[in-house]
Amino acid sequence: MKNRYSIFSLARNALSHHEKWDRAWRSPEPQPAYDVIIIGAGGHGLATAYYLAKEHGITNVAVVEKGWLGGGNTARNTTIVRSNYLYDESAHLFEKSLKLWEGLSQELNYNVMFSQRGVYNLGHTLQEMRDIHRRVNANRLNGIDSEVVDARQIKQEVPIINTSPDARYPILGASLQRRAGTARHDGVAWGYARAADARGVDIIENCEVTNILRDGGRVTGVETTRGTIKAKKVGIVVAGHSGVLADMAGFRLPVESHPLQALVSEPVKPVLDTVIMSNAVHGYISQSDKGELVIGAGIDSYNGYGQRGSFNIIEETIAAIKEMFPMFSRMRMLRHWGGIVDTTPDATPIIGKTPVDNLFINCGWGTGGFKATPGSGWVFAHTLATGEPHPINAPFSLDRYTTGYLVDEHGAAGVAH
Amino acid sequence: MFQIDCPWCGPRDQSEFAYAGEGGIKRPEDPSALTDAEWADYLFMRQNPRGRHHEQWRHVHGCGQFFDVVRQTVTYRIESVDLPGRPALANASGEVR
Repeated sequence: MKNRYSIFSLARNALSHHEKWDRAWRSPEPQPAYDVIIIGAGGHGLATAYYLAKEHGITNVAVVEKGWLGGGNTARNTTIVRSNYLYDESAHLFEKSLKLWEGLSQELNYNVMFSQRGVYNLGHTLQEMRDIHRRVNANRLNGIDSEVVDARQIKQEVPIINTSPDARYPILGASLQRRAGTARHDGVAWGYARAADARGVDIIENCEVTNILRDGGRVTGVETTRGTIKAKKVGIVVAGHSGVLADMAGFRLPVESHPLQALVSEPVKPVLDTVIMSNAVHGYISQSDKGELVIGAGIDSYNGYGQRGSFNIIEETIAAIKEMFPMFSRMRMLRHWGGIVDTTPDATPIIGKTPVDNLFINCGWGTGGFKATPGSGWVFAHTLATGEPHPINAPFSLDRYTTGYLVDEHGAAGVAH
Repeated sequence: MFQIDCPWCGPRDQSEFAYAGEGGIKRPEDPSALTDAEWADYLFMRQNPRGRHHEQWRHVHGCGQFFDVVRQTVTYRIESVDLPGRPALANASGEVR
């Protein structure tokens, strides 16, 4: 990498008052043709481009983005990273991702602020605790660190939580993954963008794809607001808008797009050093390094592309957070936003081939895509490079809805991702 | 946040209603005659448009009835509400995206 970030480059640039830092990536004009075009410069798309260049030596790649880099769901999630999924297929995918997270800052020479502060998934009923035991055992069989903790231990480790048996939904215990945690969401997109750019990938912003060009059932390129770009292979990685892109290419997806909301509070001193998630009352919360409480809500039930949701969803989430953490009752919320998540019938992503030759799709991450960013890019790069899915993403094909081999994580992983 | 004009109860807050998925999907007359791909298409594949969407809602905290709605999925504006099986799509004019 031309301009390696280090303590020395920091010191050197301090001498020039930090006014002479180079741009982290270029802003090139689109070329007439590429080997591979990736639609969508979010975390997953940029990671795909990076691993295409690094693992497969394919550098004649463009990532086209209708807005700005990392401006969609990459900027709108609650930054939680974990891998304690129930089924083998999902566990392998998310654990691959978690392993990549663990070396990511060094690999990209960019601080993605990955913080393994642990994630608790709370259980509020006996049935939930049975499910937690089952999932923890499944995790351990897959070599994923996971443990069951009781309410007393949760209270010891997170003193501000309300474990009173008189609570409306009393906390009985939790599953805990200590290697899980959070990362800096923007930093992930920027780090991958910089590293991919350094290997020759063109990242083309403000370039909306308006049509997918095909010739006899084979993709030949894309039409964009900045002209036609030819390509041998095209990958669609556009999260909420997957259905719109599939429509352009003439095939249907089992995907429905929903608004998903999150909000952050005013910054306060360190009070919560881990991540708490509850499926039963549906709230999840962590504290950012700036001190803000980062709170995630559930999806709105209806289809929507509006990047905003209903107030009653926010109200329910805040009620749940207040019940778990009574001391947050007077916290003021500063910002609130919505993203568009593409949900599938089995709450599991689709990563693989489409009915159009040389057109591949990576979508359907629903509410839980951020944690998968490195792994998703890694397996999708393999799929684009070789034309065939990697064994890790083979179970996540689009034709599983025809064969019936669903990976039904809905009840298992819970609705909160 | 929007209101829905229930055909039986009149305008009520959206939180009184449950979303019931895409509207106008007909169950195949003879399911066993379908190929796996046709069955998957009926069961799982959805329109999911960015723009006008024909969908079903149920007034769960009211009359409990199902009905059809045509709604914009970007502005969330409701174009029309109709009884089930009589989708108002035909009345809606112009391609809106």
